[in-house]
Amino acid sequence: MPPETPPDRLRPLRVGVGGPVGSGKTALVAALCRMLAERLHIGVVTNDIYTTEDADFLRSQGVLDDNRIRAVQTGCCPHTAIRDDISENLEAVEELETRLAPLDLVLLESGGDNLTATFSQGLVDRQIFVLDVSGGDKVPRKGGPSVTSADLLVINKIDLAPMVGADLEVMRRDSVARRGDRAMIFSSLRKTDGAGEIAEWILSEVAQWAKPSSVRG
Amino acid sequence: MGSMNLLLLADGRFPAGGHAHSGGMETAVATGGVSDLASLHAFLIGRLATAGLAAAGLAAAACTTKHPWDALDAESDARIPSPALREVSRRQGRLLLRAARALWPGSVLDDLGAACGGTPAGARPSVHLVGPHHPVAMGAAAAAAGLEPLDAARAAVFNAVTGPASAAVRLLGLDPLAVHRLLAEMAPDMDDSAHCAAAGSGGPLDALPCPGSILLDLYAQRHALAEGRLFAS
Ligand SMILES: Nc1nc2c(ncn2[C@@H]2O[C@H](COP(=O)(O)OP(=O)(O)OP(=O)(O)O)[C@@H](O)[C@H]2O)c(=O)[nH]1
Ligand SMILES: [Mg+2]
Repeated sequence: MPPETPPDRLRPLRVGVGGPVGSGKTALVAALCRMLAERLHIGVVTNDIYTTEDADFLRSQGVLDDNRIRAVQTGCCPHTAIRDDISENLEAVEELETRLAPLDLVLLESGGDNLTATFSQGLVDRQIFVLDVSGGDKVPRKGGPSVTSADLLVINKIDLAPMVGADLEVMRRDSVARRGDRAMIFSSLRKTDGAGEIAEWILSEVAQWAKPSSVRG
Repeated sequence: MGSMNLLLLADGRFPAGGHAHSGGMETAVATGGVSDLASLHAFLIGRLATAGLAAAGLAAAACTTKHPWDALDAESDARIPSPALREVSRRQGRLLLRAARALWPGSVLDDLGAACGGTPAGARPSVHLVGPHHPVAMGAAAAAAGLEPLDAARAAVFNAVTGPASAAVRLLGLDPLAVHRLLAEMAPDMDDSAHCAAAGSGGPLDALPCPGSILLDLYAQRHALAEGRLFAS
C-alpha cells in the first residue's frame, strides 16, 4: 500500500519538558509562557511530586491565566506518569485542549526524575530535556535515553559554570557525541532573555506542526 | 479465553492511572495507623472486608450487564459516602473505561461511556467532569473482555488489596518479599470475598454487599486537604 498522507493536525503541538530535580524545568516553562503568550495560545500541565508547587509558582508569576494551568499528581513515580501509564496526564492535556480550543501549544512539565525518564509518544510530540551545569559537566557523557533521544537538550544555569567548575566545551562535545546533530542549547534562565533561543526553537516546531500535511516537511 | 484477560485487567501495570493512588495508605502511614508489617496486615484485612467487598459486589453486578448503568451508579454512590472518595472513584473509573475501550472495544463499553456523559467511540472526549464509578467500570471492562462476574469480583478485590500494599512498600520501605508473603496468606480470604460478592451479582442491586469503613472515608477526606502528599488518594 502507498503511504497515506498524514491527516491535517487538529490539535496543538504537545511538548514535554523533563529533567532532573531542580534543573530549571519550571523556570523554563515560565520563561516560555512569558515570551510566547502574545504569539501562541498556550496550555500548561505540571506533574508535581508533592503538593502543587510548580503550578502554584507558575500562577504566582502571572505568566498565564490560572485556568490555563493544570496540576497532575503522580504518586511515587513521576516517570510512570509520563511513560508507562500516561492516562492522568493525557486526560489533563485533552481537557485543556477541549476547554481552551483552539490552542497552539501544550507544555507538559514532568516531575524531576533521573536520566532514563522519557515521555511516551502517546503523550507528547516533542520532548525537551533540561540539564543544569551544577550536576557536573560529565552528565551529557553519561547518556541515557533522555540525553540521547530528546528533541532538544537544554543545558541550563551556565551562569553557574565558573562556580562549579563545569567546562561547557566538554558538555557540548559530549552532547554532540551522544546526540549527533540533534538540537542543543545553553541557557541561563536568570537572565531576562535567557530562554530566547529555546523560544525560537518552539516557534519553529509549532509552525512545522501546524502546516497542512501537503506542505509539511 | 478469559484467564489471560483477567491477568491483564488486574495487573498493576494496567495503564489506567492506578499507580497514583494509595487507597488510604498514605494517610494511614502519615497518622501512624500503619507503620510495620503487622499494622499493614490489619489495614489490608479491614480494606478487604469493606471497600474491597463493596467494590467486588458492584463489579460483579456490572459484569452481568443485566443492570441499568444508572442504577449501578446510584448503588455505588450509596456505598461511597466520602465526597473525596466519590471523586477519586469516578476519576479512576473514567481512566479505566478509556483504557478498556482501547483494549476491548465494543458495545458494552460504548454504552457505559454514553450513559456516563462520555462520547461515542472514536469521537473526541468531552470535558471530563463525570465518569463511571471505578467498580462499575471494572465490571464492564471484565464483561467486554469476555470475563465472568466472579472474575470481575476477583479483579476488584485484588485491586483493593494490592494497591495499598504496594503503596506501603514505597512509603515505609517495607521488605517487598514480606509484603507479598502477606498477600499470599490473604489470597484464600480474597477468593472468599470475591465468591461472596459474585453470588448476588444477578439479584437485586440493593442486596449487594454494603459494608462501610468510616476510617477509610475519613482518611480520604483528610488526604484531599493534606500538604505534601505523594499519592492522589
Ligand atoms: N543560577 C541559576 N538558577 C536558575 C536557573 N534556572 C533556574 N534556576 C533556579 O533553580 C531553582 C530550581 O528551578 P526550577 O525551575 O524550580 O527547577 P525544576 O526543574 O522545575 O525543579 P523540580 O520541578 O522541583 O524538579 C530555582 O531556584 C530557580 O530560580 C539559571 O539559569 N541559573
Ligand atoms: Mg518544576
